[in-house]
Amino acid sequence: MPNSILRLEDITMQFGGVVAVDNLSLEVNQNEIVSLIGPNGAGKTTAFNVVTGVYAPSNGAIYFKDNMITSNYPKGSMKKSYVGQNNGKYTTRMEKKPDQITKLGVARTFQNIRLFKDLTAFENVLIAKHMRAKANFLSATLCLNHKEERTMREETLELLDILGLTNVKDEKASSLPYGQQRHLEIARALATKPELLLLDEPAAGMNPQETDELTAFIYDIRSKFNLTVFMIEHHMDLVMEISDRIYVLDFGKLIASGIPEKVQNNQRVIDAYLGVQEDDEE
Amino acid sequence: MKNSKKVTYSIILAAIILAFLFFLEANKANYGMAYTVLTKGAILAVVAVSMNLVTGFTGLFSLGQAGFMAIGAYITAIFLIPTDTIQDVYYISGVSPAIINFKGFLDSTPGWIQALAPYIALIVGGLAAALLAALIGIPVLRLKSDYLAIATLGFSEIVRAIISSPQLDTITNGSYGLKKIQGFSSIIQTFVIAGVCITLMVLLIRSTYGRAFKAIREDETAAEAMGINLFKHKELSFVIGSFFSGVSGGMLAMFMRSIDTKTFSVSLTYDILLIVVIGGIGSVTGSVISALLVTVSKEWWLRFFDNPLYIGNFQVPFFRTGFRMVVFSIILLVVVLFYQRGIMGKNEFSWDKIGNNFTRFKGFIAKKASKGGSDHAK
Repeated sequence: MPNSILRLEDITMQFGGVVAVDNLSLEVNQNEIVSLIGPNGAGKTTAFNVVTGVYAPSNGAIYFKDNMITSNYPKGSMKKSYVGQNNGKYTTRMEKKPDQITKLGVARTFQNIRLFKDLTAFENVLIAKHMRAKANFLSATLCLNHKEERTMREETLELLDILGLTNVKDEKASSLPYGQQRHLEIARALATKPELLLLDEPAAGMNPQETDELTAFIYDIRSKFNLTVFMIEHHMDLVMEISDRIYVLDFGKLIASGIPEKVQNNQRVIDAYLGVQEDDEE
Repeated sequence: MKNSKKVTYSIILAAIILAFLFFLEANKANYGMAYTVLTKGAILAVVAVSMNLVTGFTGLFSLGQAGFMAIGAYITAIFLIPTDTIQDVYYISGVSPAIINFKGFLDSTPGWIQALAPYIALIVGGLAAALLAALIGIPVLRLKSDYLAIATLGFSEIVRAIISSPQLDTITNGSYGLKKIQGFSSIIQTFVIAGVCITLMVLLIRSTYGRAFKAIREDETAAEAMGINLFKHKELSFVIGSFFSGVSGGMLAMFMRSIDTKTFSVSLTYDILLIVVIGGIGSVTGSVISALLVTVSKEWWLRFFDNPLYIGNFQVPFFRTGFRMVVFSIILLVVVLFYQRGIMGKNEFSWDKIGNNFTRFKGFIAKKASKGGSDHAK
């Protein structure tokens, strides 16, 4: 029996009348690489944002390592307009903020890179270490935490070394080439010491060669940091090669799931990606 | 450049500044203008750095500085008005018994506490400002950019209105203000207090908390995803910034010796904002340099524009009271046009940079010289 690290239960995210994620249930097990795919606008990033606490779901619950981290039910004005399923199933309300969820051990990257642009690569990673620092602001101001500060800096250098960014550590983040910015974002996420890494389109804007390298890179960091990886991706080659399991979303609904070969041959997935031929003659 | 070398240079620089201050202190009578202007510059430097901490490093566009300064100033003033003259100060509405009791208590404390009174007063003033900042920060810090600016600006005006309200006449002396406040013992004291305040803020900015502030400035969403609690850190920055604003308000009270609510009107906040923008939003050294430069040029170097000037029998036009501010505004315009991100941008002063510039300068001279030499040979 594999150990579940992340479990989404009946997650529905409704913005006004638009149901972006509809009754999504999925599970990510320890040390797996799981992909979430789907056409544009299928609600993949919304699902990520719900997991990381950017949005509170309209209904449903999320469990991290079998502990509930998020749970909600339609209330207020949402009560009237709610069109999703499982209304009334959930009664507890728990909305963790993104920083609390990161503290639990869930780190993420962003679809459109969100680095601290004016700061150096080194500082970008160092900032992510702040969350785990024990010093309060007074001891930090008076330099009483110099031991902790030194370990933070050493760990940061180590991390940059592993990700091959040592030679650009003093460059401004915005001046780095695109591929390195992606790596730096992953380095920053890893600096928070996560158990689960959410990658939002890590291969976006990369050429085939870089995509190949990314596969090896993801395997590499998974074994080095004992990670579970949950990612959104559009490059099918990458997804099919790397994923242990795949979930497919279309218009917010889960239409298929399973091992890559099974998903690849699923008629509904093919329809969703290629569009269904509407036969008027029949 | 080696670290030991940098330390040596820094010590030399500090020694030069100290020597200069001792010289000023000794020749107070001859250099009255420089003395006054530099004192004021040092005080404004503290509040400019505190505003920079909030605006430049945390990205919270707050315009409440004058309000926090007012709180610090009034508390410091009440502490430091000598007991025997307090009745003269409050001659219109009388003194509140609370203040009389408080002054009596202060006078009954041992001598060393009384000797430390100015410092205690400044710290208490700062703490009061910080407490108020913590309270109003809870609702106000949910706002972003311009909305936050308007809210804090409004708050600062509310503080001023409350201080000048007739109900508080026996405590704040209403619109008459407080007078006869004990001043600084010397310019060195002012500079040491200012230096300590600025050093503390610099240390905070360089610590892990300062980095978290910068992360919030750069990208709130990403900062939150990196586990930085937005509210906690914004509140922390706002409260600490307000603490030092309060301290500098107290220093301003000690410098001016008499304060009233008009001192802390919105225009004071704008003066500070001007200093921060000219110095560079996000640069501590920029704020310090610009505080001194702006104060010195506004109050001293440009003074001659205010007096009629005769060259022979010809009276130069426009030279009259108020013309100084016109020239000052033009200079500001030019500075902002040429240094769009302030004098220092987001950079800090460093010996390395000076060293690099010096090497480049030497290289330039050498190149010129060799070129000149070859020209001669022809």
